Amino acid sequence: MKFRTLTRHLKVGSKNIIRNGWMTVASIGAVTTTLILVAAFLALMLNLNEMAVNIEDDVEIKTLIDLTATEEDVLALGEQLKQIDGVDTVVFSSNDEELESLISGMGDQGNAWQMFEQDNPLNHVYVVRATDPQNTETIANEITALNHVDRVVFGKDVVEQLFQFNNYARTIGLVLIVALVFTAIFLISNTIKITIMARSTEIGIMKLVGATNGFIRWPFFIEGLLLGVLGSVIPIISILVGYYYLDSSVSGSISFSFVEILPFNPFAWQLALIVIAIGAIIGVWGSVMSVRKFLKV
Amino acid sequence: MTKNHIYFIKCVVIIHHLTEVRVSKTIYKGDYFMIEMENVYKTYPNGVTALNGVNVKIDQGEFVYIVGPSGAGKSTFVKLMYREEKPSSGKIMINNYDLMEIKEKEIPFFRRNVGVVFQDFKLLPKMTIYENIAFALEVIEESPRNIRKRVMEVLETVGLKNKARFTPNELSGGEQQRVSIARAIINHPKIVIADEPTGNLDPETSLEIMKTFESINASGTTVLMATHSKSIVNRFKKRVIAIESGLIVRDEHRGEYGYEV
Ligand SMILES: Nc1ncnc2c1ncn2[C@@H]1O[C@H](COP(=O)(O)OP(=O)(O)O)[C@@H](O)[C@H]1O
Ligand SMILES: [Mg+2]
Repeated sequence: MKFRTLTRHLKVGSKNIIRNGWMTVASIGAVTTTLILVAAFLALMLNLNEMAVNIEDDVEIKTLIDLTATEEDVLALGEQLKQIDGVDTVVFSSNDEELESLISGMGDQGNAWQMFEQDNPLNHVYVVRATDPQNTETIANEITALNHVDRVVFGKDVVEQLFQFNNYARTIGLVLIVALVFTAIFLISNTIKITIMARSTEIGIMKLVGATNGFIRWPFFIEGLLLGVLGSVIPIISILVGYYYLDSSVSGSISFSFVEILPFNPFAWQLALIVIAIGAIIGVWGSVMSVRKFLKV
Repeated sequence: MTKNHIYFIKCVVIIHHLTEVRVSKTIYKGDYFMIEMENVYKTYPNGVTALNGVNVKIDQGEFVYIVGPSGAGKSTFVKLMYREEKPSSGKIMINNYDLMEIKEKEIPFFRRNVGVVFQDFKLLPKMTIYENIAFALEVIEESPRNIRKRVMEVLETVGLKNKARFTPNELSGGEQQRVSIARAIINHPKIVIADEPTGNLDPETSLEIMKTFESINASGTTVLMATHSKSIVNRFKKRVIAIESGLIVRDEHRGEYGYEV
């Protein structure tokens, strides 16, 4: 397309946007609402996913050894653990080491445990890691059945709850977003239909003098595109500002030290890019629908 | 003398009389008619048959009136020529385009060879006269330089150079019609089609419009005019094709209107 033609289409497209007044405002509003929700949803989902993956990677099975087990028993158990299918590593950790890591892991509160240093109530432990985190539960069950095993402890609940929550949130979010996206598309296609109707004489003359169908359609695509992109301005500002504060408050705070969110750079920028792309797709989709239906060229 | 010889002489004469370069192109015109229809039928989706087997040949440079009672099929007949409607069956060749076979994508390019004028002018009220005419070239992506040049030329042709900055509402009916004629001829069409162009105009204004069409025709453009005006047809003698109930019932050179009223 010639540059001159492109500027003409841009001019006509933006003129139409201004002409349509309240319909334009409603369309942009719908896109804005949709995209803010999409952004919030994506930020939440991607962060939860990241956390779940991190935790899942961390999954280890603590095999607590019977307090009555002899040294030979312990060694034999270690061999048995290594024989289990899907086991990656088996590491022994004595009760003293366990207590130490417990105390240091608790920070200040850990001091309370120091009184146990003389009379350690903890078990010796084998820390078992599965090659594939998915097999953790099966392996844990096998270990439970072995002799001299007191019980096994692993992060099953945390991971499962997180994934479960993730699934619910994803379903609800998706339904909501799909509904909103379609509302936005519908509003945009309606706005463009109004433009097409208002310009029917002009379109008729264009056809008569031999304008190509593409030439006639372009301004309407541009109008849709502009509606979508204008609708993504406020969401993008919200993402950048909101996520910046979230990121700095989470990573600066001690009480959130166990949470790690995706870093502002590049995540917020990527999110902004996704949001503007979705806005553009909504806009163009809306105009394609109208052009197909109402512009008989 | 063969047909080609006649064309040659015609063209030489035209070149002597006119300065427009494009007219010389007609020298290379092949051995075909500008408009040719064979057994053309047109039935609208609602079941009305508007054309009932039309056969006609019109040469480059002819001036033809289409007459007949209202509802006879005149508008349908001319609509076929700028591909507003497609025949239900038959053969139709316009300016060497086969309109039965033409691809959807080629239609805009075909239409650039045909200028159309309507009874109701079809001007855009918010644009100036200049913009209304320039519009026809802008939307086919002509260069701004050419557009300026051509708009001034056609405004000259129709005698409205001093009204370029006016809007259509500030012009008389006759002037508005001349604007729409200017728009129709701006792209040097081979054919100009007018469907009752004087239908909304008083007799005096109609005469002026006729003179404009005559001068367009004199420059070599084929002109087809559907009309109800007995006085015009009988005064400016041309070929007359009479249509009744979708059939050509009369086709005379230098014919009469042939109907009362
Ligand atoms: N778009 C259309 N759809 C259906 N019927 C039409 C249409 N246009 C014209 N007709 C019918 O076709 C016949 C011829 O109409 P038209 O070509 O407009 O005649 P004229 O121009 O001679 O008055 C009429 O009976 C008219 O009602
Ligand atoms: Mg008619």
